[in-house]
Amino acid sequence: MKIDLDTYHELLQTLLRNKTRSFLTGFGVFWGVFMLVALMGGGAGMKELLNNNFAGFATNSAIIFEQQTTKPYHGFRKGRWWTLTTGDMDRLREQVPQLDVISPIASKWGVQAVNGENKFNANVKGLLPEYAKVEAPTLFYGRFLNDMDIAQQRKVCVIGKRVYKTLFPKGGDPCGQMIRLDSAYYTVIGVDYKESNMNINGSSDEAISIPLSLMQRAFNMGQSIDLIAITARPGVAISDITPRIREVIARGHDIDPTDEKAVTVFNTEVLFGLLDSLFSGVDLLIWLVGIGTLLAGAIGVSNIMMVTVKERTTEIGIRRAIGATPRVILSQIISESILLTAVSGMSGIVFAVLILQMMEMGFTEDGIVKSHFQVSFWTAIGAAVLLAALGVLAGLAPAGRAMSIKPVDAMREE
Amino acid sequence: MIKLRNVHKTYAGAQPLHVLKGIDLDIAEGELVSIMGASGSGKSTLLNILGILDDYDEGEYHLAGTLIKNLSETRAAEYRNRMIGFIFQSFNLISFKTAVENVELPLFYQGVSRRKRHQMAMDELEKMGLTDWAAHYPNEMSGGQRQRVAIARALVTRPQIILADEPTGALDSKTGIEVMELLKRLNREEHITMIIVTHDPNVAAQTNRIIRIKDGVIE
Repeated sequence: MKIDLDTYHELLQTLLRNKTRSFLTGFGVFWGVFMLVALMGGGAGMKELLNNNFAGFATNSAIIFEQQTTKPYHGFRKGRWWTLTTGDMDRLREQVPQLDVISPIASKWGVQAVNGENKFNANVKGLLPEYAKVEAPTLFYGRFLNDMDIAQQRKVCVIGKRVYKTLFPKGGDPCGQMIRLDSAYYTVIGVDYKESNMNINGSSDEAISIPLSLMQRAFNMGQSIDLIAITARPGVAISDITPRIREVIARGHDIDPTDEKAVTVFNTEVLFGLLDSLFSGVDLLIWLVGIGTLLAGAIGVSNIMMVTVKERTTEIGIRRAIGATPRVILSQIISESILLTAVSGMSGIVFAVLILQMMEMGFTEDGIVKSHFQVSFWTAIGAAVLLAALGVLAGLAPAGRAMSIKPVDAMREE
Repeated sequence: MIKLRNVHKTYAGAQPLHVLKGIDLDIAEGELVSIMGASGSGKSTLLNILGILDDYDEGEYHLAGTLIKNLSETRAAEYRNRMIGFIFQSFNLISFKTAVENVELPLFYQGVSRRKRHQMAMDELEKMGLTDWAAHYPNEMSGGQRQRVAIARALVTRPQIILADEPTGALDSKTGIEVMELLKRLNREEHITMIIVTHDPNVAAQTNRIIRIKDGVIE
């Protein structure tokens, strides 16, 4: 087609001749694109928001904890209570080489932490430094527990965000200051700002972490621990080694190795797998709905163009009589279709980007973006290309009909 | 200029209709002829074939030395655009374009530049005495004015022949006479070959030659 101002003038003229119809037809495409882009951005944003809840948590991990036995074994009747001990850790380390991190947790609820006049009912956790590999802390000040803290049983602690805010209302770096837990004083060595909602034994912002060995002595716990968090080495699925883990622990406590209740292995892998498939499902749905709506819009354009061509039979016939080649007619109809889809589609993209930007701003706190709703530049370009293609497709059938109009038909139409 | 030899045309259908049954016709350059015939005589079909709007089955049609037969749509459009100017009974102006835009249209399809075709169209309208009406839409004009715009559109490409299908059919007698005077003057002064299809004996009487067609043959 020749590049000529009048070519565009003609396109506009024909589309504007029936403003309401063009607008309503365009709205179908507009809405389709808006849905597709907004859903894509919104879906990605929601996914990120949800994932934030699990941030810092190892995905191939499991938690082992004790419950009453449910099977009689070695002369013990069922329903017996037992406790995990530090010995179980060593046994696991020796006998299950597929395990990477083995981190025990002992905890005590409702311990009063005091700093001057400020008090907080905290949840004290006894941990080993390795625990950071299961649930990574977000340290705002200071450091996490290290091996020397354990070896020397130093009276140090890492405090959670809410503990810090309550005990140190003036803010500032609390490291090196002492706080009292029950009757003993501990030096603060770090502040954990982790906000994830995936926690072991209580929310981490209300927790005070101290060395495990110290915990067991200070709170008279002996060798007992509450649970063991483990992660598998890369490439090993927790579910594959679960029976082996259970067997090793059960043997040390005279428990039936098939007693799944007594030695409970809570596999987070399953949880993450579930989430993953949930998100793939949501993604699929988004694409189905988005593309479906967009297609419906394009079919609407095609339909209206069909009607328009029918209406314009005489006009097209006149054009053919005075020298328009079929190609000219073809490109005119297809151009009209592309223009209509492109203009309405672009407005759809712009509107969706605007809405997504507003959502992103709504989820931004203190200048920190919590979740990215905005679609990427290339997604937008892709959507635009898709639109142009749809425009051509939508114009094909009507253009075909317009091409088949012979000048003579137009004369007869009158 | 125009040479038809034994041209046949049959419309296919449940009952094939043999409309033209061997037409032989010669029209020289600069002639002003009229084709007359009752409805159903085949005069419209003949006009369509002369105007390359329709194809024929048998025979030969030479227009200005070119054999017009089995042309592709694109070639046909090109020949129509360059060699033939059409004037229709119902003017067939495009209603959403102004007079000058309508006259420009054939040049637009020829690929003439914007400025040049506007100039040519304005010149043509001036000859028709319609300079003041250039920016008006067809529905703002009288029948006579519309037909003059249509004539300007037919002439703007400097065609070899003008085909007029009942050019006065939709006009009152006074304007009809004016339009006929205009066509005659164009034929006389610019030596444009002109073929007028009509069933009005008064119109036919003003032409140099009357071709009567009946039941698909020239009488």
